[in-house]
Amino acid sequence: MRLPADPRLEAVSERLREVGEVIVFASSKGGVGKTLLSVTASLLLSRRGVGVGLLDLDITNPTAHLVLGVDPARVGPVEERGLVPPEVSGVRFMSPTFFTQGRAAPLRGEYVSSAIREVLSITRWVGVDALVVDTPPGMSDELLELLTYAGRFRAMVVSTPSVLALESAARLSEVLGSRVEALVLNMCSEGEPSSRRPEGLGERVPVYALPYDGEVEEAVGDPRRLLSTRFSREVDRQVVGHIAGLLGSRRPRPTATSTMSPP
Amino acid sequence: MHEWALAEAVALALSRYAKQAGIGRLKRLVLGLGELQAVDREVFELALGESLKLHGLEVESYELVTEEALFECRACGFSWGLGDLALSDEVREAIHFLPEAAYAYVRCPRCGSPDFSVARGRGIRILGVVH
Repeated sequence: MRLPADPRLEAVSERLREVGEVIVFASSKGGVGKTLLSVTASLLLSRRGVGVGLLDLDITNPTAHLVLGVDPARVGPVEERGLVPPEVSGVRFMSPTFFTQGRAAPLRGEYVSSAIREVLSITRWVGVDALVVDTPPGMSDELLELLTYAGRFRAMVVSTPSVLALESAARLSEVLGSRVEALVLNMCSEGEPSSRRPEGLGERVPVYALPYDGEVEEAVGDPRRLLSTRFSREVDRQVVGHIAGLLGSRRPRPTATSTMSPP
Repeated sequence: MHEWALAEAVALALSRYAKQAGIGRLKRLVLGLGELQAVDREVFELALGESLKLHGLEVESYELVTEEALFECRACGFSWGLGDLALSDEVREAIHFLPEAAYAYVRCPRCGSPDFSVARGRGIRILGVVH
């Protein structure tokens, strides 16, 4: 019998099992608006009364805290038989920036994987029904760690209507397979056909189109203002509506004693 | 304390191992505690005992071995230890929670490169079991 290669892996699965749904926002191209979308969706889900967690999985270059207006020098997780993420605008928020304090942390792949395992194994998502995960662009360690160890999760593939981004979205969808819940086309111009569907994307997968909204950039750091944008209204109507449907259709989350939180 | 989560992870991994091996107890367990993570041994031992009990795994004796941290620069080949670095308490705490946070604060003392490896002493490892 081989000894467990990494004792954290069992804990990762166990911690994520405590969460109702894991919703991963992913794209293989950068600059498509994943972070703004995942933060906005988290805020909107919280406004709908859902217990929401938001995990910034961009280990080397986290930015979700900037959208939320969080100063990592003043806000951080609390030690309680693990780390309990702070609540920010109704969302339980965890980010590597709480430990790197906004500094550059250049990491090779093996250390990215290790950091992800550490964060996932020590974070306690207390009261979280939906965990939104903001991933960095690409199909590298972050995505593979989730695919291999996170068990079941649902993916929202994010793209822009550009041909290059759509081609990348198709490739990513192929890797994610049945986990793909929807394709979200961000920064669409007026009249952009929302029916743009990359080849290979399953017919059952809906395509949502979000407008380009110049106000969003101005709202970075101010969640209340962000929620008043046209972008946010469309995220709510399309993307969050879809996620709320998933949450409504799943069985109730077990709230009894957890093996990860001994009394 | 955060040590509870680390101990819980070890207990979960060992209980899965024991289940697969068809055993309910271990005669001996040896764990490596990486210097970089700076685990509080007292809290960790308490948490480990309770977590093992919770998972129904009996361990007759165990040993915690501290593994000194060793960094190696990929650019110039220099190697150094944690004691060679002047880190504030805040930084040490950040690294305690997430050892990879070291990459935000540490550079090669000789050439300044951010590209170094943690050759040993990162975190907790299961070094051996006897059953």
